[in-house]
Amino acid sequence: MPKRFWILGILLVICCTAFMTWGARGPLHFVIPFRATKLAALGLVGMSISTSTVLFQAVSQNRILSPSIMGFDALYIMILTAAVYFLGGMTVANLSAHLSFAVSTGVMVIGALGLFSTLLRSSQNNLMRMILTGIVFGALFRSLTDFMQRLIDPNEFSVIQTGSYARFTQIETDLLFIAAALCAGALFLTWKMRFRLDVLALGRDVAMNLGLNVRRTELEALTLTALLVAVTTALVGPVAFLGLLVVSLARLVVPVERHAPLLICAGLIAMIVLIGGQLLFERVFQLTTPLAVIIDLVGGSIFLFLLLKGHRR
Amino acid sequence: MISIRNLSYHIDGVAILDDITIDLPKGKVTALVGPNGAGKSTLLSLIARLEPLQCGTIDIGALTIGQCSNRQLAKQISILPQMTEHVPRLSVRELVSFGRFPYHQGRPGPEDEAKVDEALQVFDLDDLAQRSVVDLSGGQRQRAQIAMTFAQDTEYMLLDEPLNNLDIAASRALMARIRELAHSYNKTIVVVLHDINYASRYADWIIALSAGKTAAAGSPAEIVTPKLLGDVFKSDAEIRMIDGHPVVLV
Ligand SMILES: Nc1ncnc2c1ncn2[C@@H]1O[C@H](COP(=O)(O)OP(=O)(O)OP(=O)(O)O)[C@@H](O)[C@H]1O
Ligand SMILES: [Mg+2]
Repeated sequence: MPKRFWILGILLVICCTAFMTWGARGPLHFVIPFRATKLAALGLVGMSISTSTVLFQAVSQNRILSPSIMGFDALYIMILTAAVYFLGGMTVANLSAHLSFAVSTGVMVIGALGLFSTLLRSSQNNLMRMILTGIVFGALFRSLTDFMQRLIDPNEFSVIQTGSYARFTQIETDLLFIAAALCAGALFLTWKMRFRLDVLALGRDVAMNLGLNVRRTELEALTLTALLVAVTTALVGPVAFLGLLVVSLARLVVPVERHAPLLICAGLIAMIVLIGGQLLFERVFQLTTPLAVIIDLVGGSIFLFLLLKGHRR
Repeated sequence: MISIRNLSYHIDGVAILDDITIDLPKGKVTALVGPNGAGKSTLLSLIARLEPLQCGTIDIGALTIGQCSNRQLAKQISILPQMTEHVPRLSVRELVSFGRFPYHQGRPGPEDEAKVDEALQVFDLDDLAQRSVVDLSGGQRQRAQIAMTFAQDTEYMLLDEPLNNLDIAASRALMARIRELAHSYNKTIVVVLHDINYASRYADWIIALSAGKTAAAGSPAEIVTPKLLGDVFKSDAEIRMIDGHPVVLV
């Protein structure tokens, strides 16, 4: 298994190097910081998405769901829109992107805990009910967002350009610093939880028997998931099937049910997909199709495949 | 000793357990018998704090359920559930190692490894240690689960139908091992059994449960009678005494 990690690591280094240098024209002192910021943001997004999906799958005890499928990022955008709507775009803009990010993230964590902790408890063994609830939540959050956006003054609207599609080319880099700090904290806590996640994956009863504080572990994992989703959504918008895609790939690479290798591997794959994909699309082939579309196409197919295969766990 | 006092349990207004007051003796093998749906698994999951108590109290030695930490309990009492809801993608050895989690919280030391080796050896899993649990037969998987419970090395053990899927040699070996642990290491072991003959032969004490109530409790010779089979199991099987043990003719 370590050999596979090396291969992934080398691939990632190649992607990063190519990303920094490919077709770099113009003054280097301008190109390098510009690209480095983008690279850092993509790396951050990759780690957050893969980790939040691993966490959510551990809590919900299945391998088909991801936070996006359950409407987490739609919830974040709704909260952000509500902030603009109720506080007024100018105030929010004046309050700076940082504060609105912090407030929205806080509300997001509370909202996610409120909505999803009871849902998880009541439908842990009922996949269809979970998926259905996710679809309903997603649709509900999106239509509320849409409704509020219509009421918002177009001048204020620019504050929430977050829109309904992912954009990996225009990243909100002014949030990068605070996002990186949050993300680092969340990743550290997740890493500390890795053994408890292994036990949780054995099932609720077995985990209780082994002395795990199941409820607390679930709430912690859900909080971290919400934080990480807030980070990604703030940076690049909703990502739909990317999380599911990279974690499903990681499960093929890591044959055992251990969260330490799974977290590392899913993170590496996510960064490779994002950085490598962005490199190929934007620089090498100069395609006009956004990377997000392809990712969703592949990720969505995997979702359907897993669903039809009845692969519950 | 496990003392259960006035324990009742309801699901959606239906009484599953009804005012149960029993003691499970320390250092003995207690067999819990009763027809399907009598509430045996429910009783065990309440003792093992897998479900929250509704009314009544359960004391396990010095610990009271609901008043001590989960981790503290995990070093005192272990349960082998009747059916585990899913089969993990782990090797047999890894699965058994999880039994040591209450002690090492993820970083097994030499003592933990030694316990795991012992459990693998006792349950004849040495050759299967590196195989994935997913690829095992039903009985092999059951043995791996039992080995995990043994690796947890608690003073109190609750085993819900451990003989499921086991062949006669494995069943007898397991029951013999259970007796040895109880009598030589002073462990308190509760086993749910469907085969009354195993209960009669290996248990020190039998408790019969019927429709959520205790129907009888006592030594095998007192309990395994035609009256019990008739009242509790609605069966008219014959009973003979062989070597001082009642044997049900099936
Ligand atoms: N989650 C539940 N919802 C509703 N009823 C339940 C639930 N769990 C158990 N029961 C009911 O409680 C009763 C006792 O069930 P339990 O599993 O304890 O029986 P048991 O004695 O272990 O039976 P068996 O020998 O078949 O394992 C049964 O009538 C069962 O239908
Ligand atoms: Mg049962």
